[in-house]
Amino acid sequence: MTSYWYAIPELYRDVIVTSILIVAFLLVLMGAVAYVTFAERKLIGYMQMRMGPNRVGPKGWFQPLADALKLMVKEMILPTNANYFLFRVAPILSIVPALAAWAVIPFMDGVQFSNINAGLLYVLALTSMGVYGVIVAGWASNSKYALLGALRSAAQIVSYEIAMGFALVGVLMASGSLNLGDIVREQSGNIGHWYVWPLLPLFLVYLISGVAETNRAPFDVAEGESEIVAGFHVEYSGMGFAVFFLAEYANIILISALIALLFFGGWLSPFEGPTWLMAIPVIGMYLFQGLSWLTDLPLIGLLLDSGPHWFLAKTCFFIFCFLWFRATFPRYRYDQIMRLGWKVLIPVTLVWIFVEGVAIAFEVGPWFD
Amino acid sequence: MAEIRNYTMNFGPQHPAAHGVLRLILELDGEVIQRADPHVGLLHRGTEKLAESKPFNQSIGYMDRLDYVSMMCNEHSYVLAIEKLLGITPPVRAQYIRVMFDEITRILNHLLWLGAHALDVGAMSMFLYAFREREDLMDCYEAVSGTRMHATYYRPGGVYRDLPQAMPQYKPSKWRKDKEIKKINAARQGSLLEFIEDFTQRFPGCVDEYETLLTDNRIWKQRTVNIGVVSPERALQLGFTGPMLRGSGVEWDLRRKQPYEVYDELEFDIPVGVNGDCYDRYLVRIEEMRQSNHIIKQCVDWLKKNPGSVMLDDHKIAPPSRAEMKDDMESLIHHFKLFTEGYCLPPGEVYCAIEHPKGEFGIYLVSDGANKPYRIKIRAPGFAHLASLDEMVKGHMLADVVAVIGTQDIVFGEIDR
Repeated sequence: MTSYWYAIPELYRDVIVTSILIVAFLLVLMGAVAYVTFAERKLIGYMQMRMGPNRVGPKGWFQPLADALKLMVKEMILPTNANYFLFRVAPILSIVPALAAWAVIPFMDGVQFSNINAGLLYVLALTSMGVYGVIVAGWASNSKYALLGALRSAAQIVSYEIAMGFALVGVLMASGSLNLGDIVREQSGNIGHWYVWPLLPLFLVYLISGVAETNRAPFDVAEGESEIVAGFHVEYSGMGFAVFFLAEYANIILISALIALLFFGGWLSPFEGPTWLMAIPVIGMYLFQGLSWLTDLPLIGLLLDSGPHWFLAKTCFFIFCFLWFRATFPRYRYDQIMRLGWKVLIPVTLVWIFVEGVAIAFEVGPWFD
Repeated sequence: MAEIRNYTMNFGPQHPAAHGVLRLILELDGEVIQRADPHVGLLHRGTEKLAESKPFNQSIGYMDRLDYVSMMCNEHSYVLAIEKLLGITPPVRAQYIRVMFDEITRILNHLLWLGAHALDVGAMSMFLYAFREREDLMDCYEAVSGTRMHATYYRPGGVYRDLPQAMPQYKPSKWRKDKEIKKINAARQGSLLEFIEDFTQRFPGCVDEYETLLTDNRIWKQRTVNIGVVSPERALQLGFTGPMLRGSGVEWDLRRKQPYEVYDELEFDIPVGVNGDCYDRYLVRIEEMRQSNHIIKQCVDWLKKNPGSVMLDDHKIAPPSRAEMKDDMESLIHHFKLFTEGYCLPPGEVYCAIEHPKGEFGIYLVSDGANKPYRIKIRAPGFAHLASLDEMVKGHMLADVVAVIGTQDIVFGEIDR
């Protein structure tokens, strides 16, 4: 068996192994997306003092499977006078970037599909691609509601891209690298070394634009339930709708993962390198001893150490934030979103990039020394 | 140069924010509204005509179905009109019960309005919170009348029956465990009045909760301040009533200006707005809920102390009790006559208006001396409000149309009738 395997040229072997890994990862991601929708319904349910889905399977845990099955067997209706080709291509355009961007995401030190140096640029480029799916879907549907949704979405995503890009420039300046792995490694030390502290305004800008990028409440004007019904995907049914839905949630997970990587030290543990505890007067020594006793325990030590579980935990926290926003805020109006983007977020990023430049020039520790 | 035409869009009747069956033809310039043309009549059931073919006392149920979120207030107006023409006054206890249920209805209506308005503007949770309290008030409806929506509880000459001494209880189910059931049944152990009293103590806290979510929320304010501004003069010209008029700063409330039932003996304030925008109308309605709560509390106190009859003892108008009917020939005849032929009203015409949660709800009744109305005209507040939609949204954006529909508290049952 092994001899057959090694008979294959090395290049093909790599391709086969990577393909299998990609398929395996996508299955995991799709499963995660399905259960993020479940988490959303359950969490928002509890926030609104109702139970959420609880009938399908134990405590409702099979609900996402039932939803998926329902959407798969439904007819995909083609509206009259819709452009067939574009109408079918639009969902694909919208999900491909949401999945492809995962290629450069490091899950832990050295574990990623593709370790490219321009990782940050790649992510930025791909997340910007998602808007084409929305615009094409809105235009190809031959529906006035869908067209309005597409126009809103186009304007919104383009303007938030700028704020988002500037926020990433801040990270780039701090780390001196576009490689996502290097960016995380630059934050190693402990919780105090994470970029969220020196780049707090940029983190907030990135979080806000991330919510806007994914068209989630309170920036969900592109679908704007109560105004334009479902916006750009109003005419989609069955799998066409399901793919948009998957793309939206895949994007939520992606943006949450990116926030964790760029500002919260990715897979790094907040308790890493507890030597800084020694600096605290009087009790520092005891704290250090207490903590090192704890980290010496077999399982807890592993949990407290850096690893993919920290990355997962941080990502989950930001996904939770996305759901939390949805249960809390009213929806912005379209022009107010534009005003927020251009008149608040972009100036904030510009000022903070300048401040950061000064900080780097004077090598302010512990981040820029 | 190419001709630029406005973008005409059909908004509704199947639309999540159409509040039932509103159909709007919107002319948009980009997202800015140039013209909004409401089309009504999709929920027309011919209530006024139907009432002409029924004895007076058999149309009360139709009134519930007009504005189907403030059922008893609609009944109240109709019942008052009949009483006015008959020249009768119900017992004081019945008047207090009516006032109490009018205010319960006002809270019911404003809660639904708050939930729907917030949902239109995008604050989803509000809707569920509002329905949590509505549930309790619906239970009050159920306790007195047997139904949760279309009560038919007010009758000419009083109310259908006295307040019950026991509240219905929740029972454990697969989804609700004993402990939870005990918690929700805790307030339901005593009489209806005790349940309502418990509610009035809880409710101000709930309103505070709603306010923490909305009142100072920047997004909420951005979406409602200076949207759909109506000046006081214009509001009067357009025939606004109720919170829509008070939001513009006109202090007009039929409960104070033309007191009916026992409102002149109760203590309450009339909140008025300043700017006449959606935000002021929101504040007015929130305050009205607190004032209604205050009125309910006063009514509960009075009703606890003053037992008595809740229906006139005139069997030409009010049916005899079942027990009497079984052994008294005359009562049986009265009963039969009342439920087949009804009673005749003296010839004449009458207009009777009450302060409905949405504004002035009036019944204009013409009788030719028969047992059926010759003509009945319903003055629904929502109709005048909807008529001003074009004026209120012109120049605003598409998203504001939804906010304005919300602030008008449109219910199609009363507009289309």
